[in-house]
Amino acid sequence: MLTELTQYVLNGLVLGALIALPALGLSLIFSVQGFVNFSVAAQMTVGAYAAWLAGTYVGWSPYPMLLFAFVISGALGVICDRLALAPIRRQSGGQTALMLAVVSIALNLALENALRFIFGNSLNNFDMPIVRNFRLLGLSVGPQQIRNLVTALVITVALAAFFSLTRWGKAMRAVSDNPDLARLKGIDPRRLSNLATFLGMGLAGVGGSLLAIDTSVDPSTGSRLILIIFAASVVGGLTSLYGAVLGALFVGVAGEVALIWISPVYQSLTAFIAILIVLLVKPTGLFAGASGAKR
Amino acid sequence: MIAYLLFVATLIAIYSILSLGLVISWGQAGLVNLGLVGFFGLGAYCSALLTKIGVPIGLAWIAAASLSSFVGVGLCLITRTLRGDYLAIVTLGFGEGLRLIELNERWLTGGSDGISGIRAPLKLELGDLFPWFYMALSWLIVIAACLVISRILKSPFGRALRAVRDDEKVAAVAGKSVLRLKCQAFGIGAGLFGLAGALYAHFISYISPDNFVLQLTIYIFLAVTAGGYSRLIGAVFGSFVVLTILESSRFAAEVIPGLSAVQIASLREFAIAVALILIMQLRPQGAFGMLNERAPPTRNANGASPSLAAKTGE
Repeated sequence: MLTELTQYVLNGLVLGALIALPALGLSLIFSVQGFVNFSVAAQMTVGAYAAWLAGTYVGWSPYPMLLFAFVISGALGVICDRLALAPIRRQSGGQTALMLAVVSIALNLALENALRFIFGNSLNNFDMPIVRNFRLLGLSVGPQQIRNLVTALVITVALAAFFSLTRWGKAMRAVSDNPDLARLKGIDPRRLSNLATFLGMGLAGVGGSLLAIDTSVDPSTGSRLILIIFAASVVGGLTSLYGAVLGALFVGVAGEVALIWISPVYQSLTAFIAILIVLLVKPTGLFAGASGAKR
Repeated sequence: MIAYLLFVATLIAIYSILSLGLVISWGQAGLVNLGLVGFFGLGAYCSALLTKIGVPIGLAWIAAASLSSFVGVGLCLITRTLRGDYLAIVTLGFGEGLRLIELNERWLTGGSDGISGIRAPLKLELGDLFPWFYMALSWLIVIAACLVISRILKSPFGRALRAVRDDEKVAAVAGKSVLRLKCQAFGIGAGLFGLAGALYAHFISYISPDNFVLQLTIYIFLAVTAGGYSRLIGAVFGSFVVLTILESSRFAAEVIPGLSAVQIASLREFAIAVALILIMQLRPQGAFGMLNERAPPTRNANGASPSLAAKTGE
């Protein structure tokens, strides 16, 4: 029983590390731009396809593949943001944030269907050598899963360094903390919002590729996980970057451990219930303020 | 061809009812509901299952609308403390959660096989006339809903709703119970979604979880924004526009050679999504724009609070 529980917790950590990257992207974009960008899901799929193309047709090894996914998702994210969302941000009105959320869902649908048009509905596997799972004390974990976990951790640490050490990272935290004060200090919100979108969508792309390397990629790869990613971000308080990582691990472990009682088909539902409970008990998120940046 | 046009006309009526529901909850009260497809499905399954065990169709429709409305009020009560963007996430999750239940509780819903052979009113008696009858019935419901809703929106209650939409604090200061108004608006909207679902189920006579996916929510948001998001006439007009885009892209796809079925389907949804983005950018007020929704200038003796609330209207 204890071994079984540990196995679930381990699986949850692996899943949590994966969804931490898109959840970080979502929180990053929300904290700088102030709206929920649903198109994170489609950018995950874009990244997964970019990695798949680079790996299968060009024959790149995993790490250049992930870098490629990061750049493609990030760049496409910025282009879509400028084309679809920026004109709406310029409109005045009390409901702009909501309008942006609705438009980003439409953007998500458009991207997903563009991918479906190009690649069709089939599942595409990465051409990775099949390796036996590691076994230790009755626990089992795949080598790719360990690589995913390590990659996600390394990226998270690199991001943390970026936010606390570099000028741009500090500027971003300043905007998330108090946009007006940041502008007074001469921070250009437009360039910063582009950078946030690039980083956020790029992270989503890397997360999508890691997921796809472990399983497979099809046009709905990202959309299927959207609720879990939102749950991670909301549990983390939506504006807190460290919160997003903690939230992702929390949602990952809670979702996997819940499998003891609940059928796996209801994993999204578990995430939804997690969102609801957290919002009801502590509407600011469990880990809000963990980074010092609050709204 | 006539049969096809009748089919589309009936669908427009059903989409119009959905859009009317969204106009009430989003356009008038400012409550975003990305889970409308969940309520649509709830109504459809409720009515289909009830008629299966022998409940008369009319009664099943009323039950579908009431159940959906009841669940809507419940959801609104649970989420009462949430800001707009959180509400968007929660309602999205609600719709997706309901779809998962429809997909996996096979004992109740038949799972992915869905429910087939749903009875339609007077289908045997009317024969060839049935499509005409059902279209007329659907449009009668649309007209009735429009009349009732426009009365509601012209009343002090409607003005209070708009006050909540424009500034909750001001509405609360003016003595309005914000929570109650929100729940009422959300409940009326959800009831209409449920009714539309019931109409749809008995029209198509077959439902499965595939009918209740997020895309439909986007269609209805497009319909409502295309028509001007606070206008009833706009909801009907917008539904017409959306189905025109959807159905004409079906023909356009036949003109372009060498496309697979998957590609055609993805093109249609791409077109809809891009249309929504463009309309939001170019004409966010929609085809009909916003009315001047101020209260009439003459007031009776107890008109103090409505006039305060109305000052915050457009």
